[in-house]
This record gives sequence, structure tokens and C-alpha cells, in this order.
Amino acid sequence: MRHVCKIYPPRSRRGQPVLAIADITFDVIQGEFVSIVGPSGCGKSTLLRMLAGLLPISGGEICVNGYPVRGPHSDIGIVFQSPTLLKWRSVLDNVLLPIDILRRSRSEFKERAEELLRLVGLWDFRDDYPNVLSGGMQQRVALCRALIHDPSLLVMDEPFGALDAFTREEMNLELLKLWAQRRKTVLFITHSIAEAVLLSDRVIVLSPRPSVVDSIFVIQLPRPRTAHMQYSDAFQEYAQRIRERIGIARVVVEPVDDASS
Amino acid sequence: MKFGRIVLPALNLFALVLLWELAVRLLNLPSFILPAPSAILAKMIEQAPALWRNSLFTLYESVAGFGLSVLLGVPIAIAIAWSSYLRNTLYPILLLFQSIPKTAIAPLFILWFGYGDTSKIIIAFLVAFFPIVVDTATGLMSADNDMVDLVRSLKSARWQEFLHIRLPYALPAFFSGAKVAITLAVIGAVIGEFVGASNGLGYLILLSTSSLQTALVFACLIILALQGIALFYLVELVEWLVLPWNRKAQPYDVETAFNAAGRGG
Repeated sequence: MRHVCKIYPPRSRRGQPVLAIADITFDVIQGEFVSIVGPSGCGKSTLLRMLAGLLPISGGEICVNGYPVRGPHSDIGIVFQSPTLLKWRSVLDNVLLPIDILRRSRSEFKERAEELLRLVGLWDFRDDYPNVLSGGMQQRVALCRALIHDPSLLVMDEPFGALDAFTREEMNLELLKLWAQRRKTVLFITHSIAEAVLLSDRVIVLSPRPSVVDSIFVIQLPRPRTAHMQYSDAFQEYAQRIRERIGIARVVVEPVDDASS
Repeated sequence: MKFGRIVLPALNLFALVLLWELAVRLLNLPSFILPAPSAILAKMIEQAPALWRNSLFTLYESVAGFGLSVLLGVPIAIAIAWSSYLRNTLYPILLLFQSIPKTAIAPLFILWFGYGDTSKIIIAFLVAFFPIVVDTATGLMSADNDMVDLVRSLKSARWQEFLHIRLPYALPAFFSGAKVAITLAVIGAVIGEFVGASNGLGYLILLSTSSLQTALVFACLIILALQGIALFYLVELVEWLVLPWNRKAQPYDVETAFNAAGRGG
């Protein structure tokens, strides 16, 4: 099984068409952890929505498990920046939401929900409403919800961007633990270079709009990764090189942007 | 807390009534202009059976009208939120109807549906209908986009999106519309009774005004006010029971009650 992703979408809007994503091509291998970084407005979220089948692709093709995406395909788990939990459902019912939508039997997935919630340490909160949980805890519930229907692909759109630095680091390590156990393919969109390096097998750097793949870094740090690695020379070097690429991508494209606007 | 919210308003009210009583007695006002609170109370006790019977009529008319407005308003709100085509066809028509003063068309409904309770129920319904539709539709359409996307990414049917996301999301908005609607429904019922009726508090007010029984008019007004407050809190209580996840504010919040009632004015 191989995730071949290929996108060439000039996405037009009312009035003037805006070329959000010019030409993005990359593969993600099954079980791989890939991060996408890039300057804001480079179309990362657009990419995610096309991958989930929520936005039509204007050109090119996205394949998941070898099948081209034509619309929503439910073989995907999504975690957004905000937890987007349903406040009228208990924690457990929130985790089981995809099961209700897919109209599968709840009892079949009860065990799995328990396992996931225990893994993130929230089983004791299963009957509480989300509003009693902290931001980090809510995002953990969102993560469980994204995994409940056992999708082969987990897509995360700056999932920890709204959390404080400590919680964020904790969540990163927890995510790695979960990933090591489940071996999902993860596509992780982030603004943080350090986060990308810490988590990923590969880091894809996008250029500003209209975006193309600027460069791809293979991160060859040993696993399991620890928070401590962030202070190693190898880590710092990766981070530095990625930062440079984002910087260069900006400098090269910005004058063109100015001329056109 | 208890003192500020319950004892203090009660003391204020008592002082106001006392002032009223004193003013009437000292200024020697004729009772058909302004009866003293004690006289009103005496009248209430004296006319208790008639007041009770007529207030039940008005209560029935307003609750039935309100119920009808929920029964029809919610499906129309769903239709409006469901498709932009329906939204564009229904909204202008609703707005057109809303901009006709209900008092002005009340005689027409008496003409069509007679002096009985049907015409009052329909007028109460018409008055209460609009806030229900507008607030519910707004609630349905303001659901979180990421949330809707998440459900759509699971190949959800449109009805699932409504059932699981939009409808629960719209419930608090629906209830704030319902609280306005219930107070408006009482107004609608009384308007109907003013125009033509043989029962109800509105009818009793007209009757007693024409015979200069001002104390009875005030008795009716007090009962109408109590009725409106009771109905309002009943809706608030239902909201509190139905939406345990939305219990941020305390159920009997005077300020929100006041604001919502003010909107209904």
C-alpha cells in the first residue's frame, strides 16, 4: 500500500482565480510520519481539505491507498487546530462520533474507545462533558476520535498550535507513543520547525503561494525520539537547514508577489 | 447573592406598592382613575372565579399559539438552513409577513376564524413565529465549520450533518428565540381578545374599562404579567433540563430574563 499524492490545482474562486497551490508532488509511504511546514498562507489547509475529499481538486490527482480521491472517503482521521468537540456529547460519545456517522455498531467499538482513552489517560473522564477538560485534554479526545474508526491515514492540521509550550511537548511525545503502537500513516501540518523535526521521518517544506514543494528533508534521528534530542547537534542542524529553506523560499518568491499585486 | 437577587428586588417592589397606596390615599384619587393596591387586591379576591376562568382562556390561547409556532417554525428554520434556494424563497416572504403589524390584521382573523379561541391562537402563533424561525435558522447556520468538515469527511449524509451537528448546535439559539416567542404569544392572544372575543383577560379588560371598573383592569394586568413571567421561566426551566451541557449561567437569571422580555416588548 502506498500513498501517492500528486496535486496541481489552480483553485479558482469567484472573480479572479487564485492559484493557491501550483504544483505539489510527494509520496507518503504507509506507516510514515511526514510533516509539512511552510510560511502561512501556503495552502497547507487547502491541501488537507483536498486530501480529505472536502474540496475539489482542480488539477492533478491525490491517491490514498492507491485509489484516487473523488470525495470524502472515511479512510482518514482528521485533527484540527481547535479540538472541535461536540459540547453536548460526553467524552466517550465524542470519541464514538465517527462510529455513529459511519452507522456502525457502537458496541463493536466500545472496547477500542476504552483502549484509546486509557492510552491518553482520559478514561476516567469518559462521562464528563468536554467543557470540564483543559485544552490539551480536549485535543487528546480529538485524537482518539480521529483514530476510533481505524483509518489508515491520520491528518493533523496544526493540532497543538493552540496549546502552551509544555503541553505541546507532552502531546508531541504522546503522539509519538501512539504512532509507534499503531503505525498509522501521519501527515502532520505545523508551523513549528522543531516540532516537525522531532516527530517526523521526513519534513516537506512548501514555498509560499502559489505553493510548490520547496524541499524534502529526511530526518535520520534514532527512534524512539525523546524531548532531550532537541538539544542534540544533529537536531539543531536539521532545524537550521529547514529554517534556511523557508527563509530562502520567502525571499525568492516575495518580489514576484509584490509585482503581481 | 440571595440577598441581591431575591430579597432586594422584593423589598423594592414592596416599597413601590406602599408608595402607590399612600399616594392614592393622600391625594384622594378617584378609584376609577387609579385604584389603590389594597382595592385591587380586594377586587381580585372578590372576582377570583371570573379572573381564574378568563386567565385560563388566555393561557390556553397563548400556549397553543406558542406550541404551533414551535411546531411550524422549527421545520421552516431547518428548510431555510438546508438549502440556499429555500432560504432565498422563504426569507423574503417571511419578512413581508413580519412587517405587517399583527394588530392591523387581527380583525381579519376574527372575520375568518370567528370569535372563538381559534382566531386568538392563530394571532398568538403569528406573533411568536418569527423569532423562533430566525433564531433557530441562525443557530443552524452558525455551526462550527471544522466540525461540519469533520463529519463530512466521514461521508456523512446531509441529514446526519443536521442531526449530529447542526440541530444540537442550534438548540441554545432556539431556546432564546422561544423565550421571546412565549412572551409575544401572550401579547398576541390579548390583541386577539381586544379585537373580538367573549372570553379571556383581554376581553375582561375591555369590559371592565368600559364600566369604569379600573381595579379589575389592574387585576387582569397583574395576572397577565404573572402569566408571562411564569411561562418565560417555564421555557427557561425546560432549556435548563434539556441542555445540561449548556448550564453556564444559573437557570433563574434575572438579567437575561429581563433582556429577553425586553426584546419581546
